[in-house]
Amino acid sequence: MSGEYGAKEKPGEWPALRTMFPATPRNAPVVEDGQWVMPARDYASTRFSGLGEINRGNVKGLRLAWTFSDGNFYGHEGAPLVVGSTLYWVSPFPNELFALDLTKPGAPVKWHYKPPVQTAAQGVACCDKVNRGAAYADGRIFFNTLDNQVVAVDAATGAEAWRVRIGDINRGETMTMAPLVVKGKVLVGNSGGEMGVRGWLTALDAATGRTAWRAYSTGPDADVLIGPNFKPHYAQDRGKDLGVTSWPPGAWETGGGTVWGWISYDPELDLIFYGTGNPGPWNPEQRPGDNKWTAGIFARDPDTGEARWFYQWSPHDVHDYDGVNENVLLDLPIGGRTRKVIVRAERNGYMYVLDRATGQVLSADPFVHITSSKGVDLKTGAYQPNPTATPRLGTVVRGICPSAPGAKDWQPMSFSPRTGLLYVPHNNLCMDYEALEANYIAGTPYVGANVTMYAGPGGHRGEFTAWDPVRRRAAWKIRERFPVWSGALATAGDVVFYGTMDRWFRAVDATTGKILWQFRTGSGIIGQPVTFRGPDGKQYVAIFDGVGGWPGAIVSGDLSPEDKSAAGGFVGAMSDLPEYTEKGGTLYVFALP
Amino acid sequence: MCSRFPEALTPRGTSGGEGPLRRLLLLLLLPLLAACAETQAKPSRELRVCADPNNLPFSNEKGEGFENRLAELVARDMGARVKYTWWAQRRGFIRNTLRAGECDLVMGVPSGFELALPTRPYYRSTYVFVYRRDAGFEVRSFDDPVLKRVKIGVHLVGDDYSNTPPAHALGTRGIIRNVRGYTLYGDYSKPNPPADILTALARKEIDVAVVWGPLAGYFAPRAGVPLEVVPVSPQIDLPFLPFVFDISMGVRREDVKLKEEVEAILARRRAEVEAILDEYGVPRAGRRAKP
Repeated sequence: MSGEYGAKEKPGEWPALRTMFPATPRNAPVVEDGQWVMPARDYASTRFSGLGEINRGNVKGLRLAWTFSDGNFYGHEGAPLVVGSTLYWVSPFPNELFALDLTKPGAPVKWHYKPPVQTAAQGVACCDKVNRGAAYADGRIFFNTLDNQVVAVDAATGAEAWRVRIGDINRGETMTMAPLVVKGKVLVGNSGGEMGVRGWLTALDAATGRTAWRAYSTGPDADVLIGPNFKPHYAQDRGKDLGVTSWPPGAWETGGGTVWGWISYDPELDLIFYGTGNPGPWNPEQRPGDNKWTAGIFARDPDTGEARWFYQWSPHDVHDYDGVNENVLLDLPIGGRTRKVIVRAERNGYMYVLDRATGQVLSADPFVHITSSKGVDLKTGAYQPNPTATPRLGTVVRGICPSAPGAKDWQPMSFSPRTGLLYVPHNNLCMDYEALEANYIAGTPYVGANVTMYAGPGGHRGEFTAWDPVRRRAAWKIRERFPVWSGALATAGDVVFYGTMDRWFRAVDATTGKILWQFRTGSGIIGQPVTFRGPDGKQYVAIFDGVGGWPGAIVSGDLSPEDKSAAGGFVGAMSDLPEYTEKGGTLYVFALP
Repeated sequence: MCSRFPEALTPRGTSGGEGPLRRLLLLLLLPLLAACAETQAKPSRELRVCADPNNLPFSNEKGEGFENRLAELVARDMGARVKYTWWAQRRGFIRNTLRAGECDLVMGVPSGFELALPTRPYYRSTYVFVYRRDAGFEVRSFDDPVLKRVKIGVHLVGDDYSNTPPAHALGTRGIIRNVRGYTLYGDYSKPNPPADILTALARKEIDVAVVWGPLAGYFAPRAGVPLEVVPVSPQIDLPFLPFVFDISMGVRREDVKLKEEVEAILARRRAEVEAILDEYGVPRAGRRAKP
């Protein structure tokens, strides 16, 4: 145990949950096949497993079954997949795919696929070398490489089925997200908003790798795939070519809105949902307007890419609030009837509940301390930015909460239909902004911003929050020393798993938040826990360690703790991380004895 | 004189071309070189420099930039030879090169730079207005009314609130709709991506480019159309937005000895440094460049 960290908030501060939900598994998969075929577990992105062998009564007996190192020291943000009796893992750059044979003791490597990657463009790709996972469909494993290739590999043999390059590292594009495969199409998006990249989501034919459609996040309607069936709920999102007119002339061409987060799919409505990154690369005063369609969410037809609705979380974003987080699709009792909703823990600090057929905001409640905005108008859907918390060159702005990585970044939450709670790994960070530093890029000096991040109210930098989306409040919270940058996993055993950057892999009671079991890993955890049923019929829980990513760059990128403004100011908030963890890259698989 | 031969063979640094003729020459000269080596030892010291392989007029892999020339100058004075580590000059350049111990010297950093230990400045340049000489207007200041009606190009750095100073200067004056941004990174598979903006000016896609002086001083005379290069004014926008920067060489923060050695060389070789900067047309603050 680590002092005050990992401890539940004082009783009374957050009321203990008396769930309104009957214990019926609403939204739960009908059949639990014990596999884990996509990082989010299911199209609804619940990250909930129906396996219950490991439960709150016996989880304290969880033991290490076997381990595996991928020999890679970059940040491990990915999720392993389990299909049949094989576990698959795609490493951080250079993005090697491993297949481990679960039928044999210790799960030896069955095959190992290495994609040819560009190392020549050294220094051209910007900062992140993470990969957030692969996806399985129709006998193939699909994943992205940092240098913009999408790869399909035969899941049985490791033979490459196809490999296509759909972006250009020389233009600042990279790919880090996990694909989603829907109706024979592999959906993938790009990263690199800070490099002047124009964001897109692309659908590739799963059989051939040919591009079926590409939807840009900025520009004319024809490029954004906005047509007659586009019916956004709010007036501010209606009109011709808003992806052009909500920018100064031409600024949309480098406007960002990259698609590096998560995609969900509702087979009933036949819609995919995904978020777009922040606008860039102009300083905000040079890009007046809403900067559509950045920092928002699209609903699209998966066959054609045609947009159905859009909602903008942070119009004219000035805080780097990418809008790419996961969209959890739930059917919730709201206002006396069951609504088909998206629950979304957004970077700007609000927990949104949206009607997923229309894009209407049903509620938006702060789940962290917020100073950067004053709320969301539920009539108009309008986000209310706080003008005094707007960074502007020549000014010093202190106490901007949440900070640039937001209340919650990409790290995915989980939902348990048994408790009705969302389990949200997130940050508790604020920042100061100061424009003073002389900086230098490509032979050109400029005045750089000095952004310093630090712990928000309470002095802890991370939280693990159980959120009740119906009662619109937290059921309980666990404070953590560092931002909780790992994913969450909820199971039918009423146990929730997550990892911390100071090397704890924890199992907590889904109802009370009590820590039931924990294991000290070799390196900090920013990966996504999964669970599966092995060929021996037992339930296993798996997690990769390997600290890194944006908050862990101080360790994985060997940044100096003196450079408080390095990694966009994140180093300032993480200068003690090297005292807690070194680099890593090991898979830990646990089971009951 | 023996020591001149290797330089004559590869006059542009460590990775000159490898044509058949050159290989033949090398073969013919090898015995001669070997003989020379016996009488005059090759410099045993290495000056390890990190530089962008594709960013004229500063540096490139062929050694054609003024920073390549300055590296040769400093090395020669030290009795060393230059060994380059190439890395695109972007975010993380200093971290991945100088601070990672891949090299000991970078040729250009702002003198107020915090990530490295800067030498005393060896030049001061300024952002400049560049426009076609036949444009029918003149630009001297960010406050010139003409800037409200012509198409202006500026460089973009990134989205963390900061950009090149001209982008901010225009924004605070409400000059937004007629401004076009060119990312400094450009397309790195093409030569010298930051120079795109001057190509756009020559092609009349924009009417004025506001760029860092050395880029304009080098590329304006090569643009194919007569261009005017004029230092911006004011030199500082209040409260704090300078357009003029002192440029130093940079070493690791703890490398005080090397810093002092380089400073002494820069002082001793002042005239040669100035001559190289002149040759590349680097506008120095307070002086008007000759296009």
